[in-house]
Amino acid sequence: MTYSPVIGLEVHVELKTLSKMFCGCPADHFGKKPNTQTCPVCLGLPGALPVPNKKAIDWTLLIGLALDCQVNHHSKFDRKHYFYPDLPKGYQISQYDEPLCVNGHLTLSTSEESKATSEVTHSGSSDGENRVRINRVHLEEDTGKLIHAEVDGEKVSLVDFNRSGVPLVEIVTEADIHGSAAAKEFVKKIHQLIRDLGVSDCDMEKGSMRLEANISLSKDGTLPPYKVEVKNLNSFRFLGRAIDYEIARQKELLTRGQTPPQETRGWSEAKNQTFAQRSKEVAQRSKEEAQDYRYFPEPDIPPLVFSKEQIDAIRAKLPELPQMKAARFAKAYGLKPSVVTILTKTQASAAFFEAAVKEGQKVSLPPTVIANAMVNQRQAFKNPEDLVRHLQTQTQEKVSDKITLRQFIDQVITAHTQAVSDFKAQKPQAIGFLIGQIQRLSHGKADGKLVHQLLLERLESSR
Amino acid sequence: MDVHHIARLANLKLPPKQTEKFQSQFDETLSAIAAINKLDTKNTPPTSQVTGQVNITREDKVDTSRVLSQSEAISQAPKSHNGYIVVPHVFE
Repeated sequence: MTYSPVIGLEVHVELKTLSKMFCGCPADHFGKKPNTQTCPVCLGLPGALPVPNKKAIDWTLLIGLALDCQVNHHSKFDRKHYFYPDLPKGYQISQYDEPLCVNGHLTLSTSEESKATSEVTHSGSSDGENRVRINRVHLEEDTGKLIHAEVDGEKVSLVDFNRSGVPLVEIVTEADIHGSAAAKEFVKKIHQLIRDLGVSDCDMEKGSMRLEANISLSKDGTLPPYKVEVKNLNSFRFLGRAIDYEIARQKELLTRGQTPPQETRGWSEAKNQTFAQRSKEVAQRSKEEAQDYRYFPEPDIPPLVFSKEQIDAIRAKLPELPQMKAARFAKAYGLKPSVVTILTKTQASAAFFEAAVKEGQKVSLPPTVIANAMVNQRQAFKNPEDLVRHLQTQTQEKVSDKITLRQFIDQVITAHTQAVSDFKAQKPQAIGFLIGQIQRLSHGKADGKLVHQLLLERLESSR
Repeated sequence: MDVHHIARLANLKLPPKQTEKFQSQFDETLSAIAAINKLDTKNTPPTSQVTGQVNITREDKVDTSRVLSQSEAISQAPKSHNGYIVVPHVFE
């Protein structure tokens, strides 16, 4: 029996706005003294009124548009109720039925490398394009931070509300991912995309990007009757390992005729395995259905309405995105996909390449030569000019195609009969002149030594 | 109406006597909504708000004048430790 993994991802990203989502407290909370960046709004004190941060809304729309989402022309915030010490109001301001953006997608590579999963085969989409649908992109507030400690011999949790109310974007995919490699590629692409948009640092060590995976195995391609949620994955590697571990664990249960229980699990780096976790939901033993969160429209925040013009204005701010750039590089410069992938890995390397191409044009250095040099780079160059200069000298030594060189020699000899006569008249400077003319024809790329040798042979033979 | 479930969601412990009382009160509330259901709302667009306002936002500016000091922020907590609020141990 073969099973195909069915995986959906949730990615949380903290926006790097100056202020928090609903109040003017500083949003940059990392490494600050506890509870020094709070106010009545983000502490949930009675009577405090939240006012949404316009930049956070615009940036969320920007992320949604970059993922080819539709923007909801009518959107609103909702209250999601649960009790946990990191949530001072007893509810989180989030979005329920009218998220800012819906129905997007991100295309993964179709290379064998990304399709190769574990030993479990996948029978899912084999239609060539590897498209992960985005269910929604919504905006909410982050919670406070809990530290588990022992104070006066007692196990306690310590609460720091500096993070409470920091704008948090949630990106939710459909269950379109079928293996750990594709999952890793997806989150790497999201990471690069959001960093290119300049709206978040996406630093997983600092928690400004957090990953969750919903994993189950399907026998027949239909959605399985259970799903296992793995939370708190703070690196691409752990995401991949957790998925592989879960696929193996669930396969074993299914093979024994058991259905894996629906549960939340965590990832243990030390044990290299997932473990059943007491989630907030389980801890309360009550919140199992969406209705249990008693979602309702946030009465303190009027709805958001976006005109087509407003959405277009935000769309106009989109920079050239990695996928667009990759397509353009392949087409405009005639590069192989593997080369394009390396060059467009970061904005910096793509910009370096384009600057070098521009510089190279001046000396007729083709883009493919520059691209190959960057991909196989053994030494780092401070700027594109240095790289081009280096390649130019390198190419000069390298162009030693005898047929081409002989053509140049023939042309020069035909054009400069006087110099040829001078050579025959034992005037040594004539050979230097002829070599100079050949170099001019070859744009300085001809192998000097070889030219000298070939030219002598040619002149001797016609003597 | 499962009063116990509602109480659990609201993190409330209800003695049996109050459970009975709330049961009848909930029923009363729901019957009031049943009355609203009888109204003709054919020409009334659905809404989730009553102010008529839209797009009330603020610019992304830090307002330090409203930021509380650490001692102010934790002053209402029953227990604190090194600037943190102390609560009973919870699992992550």
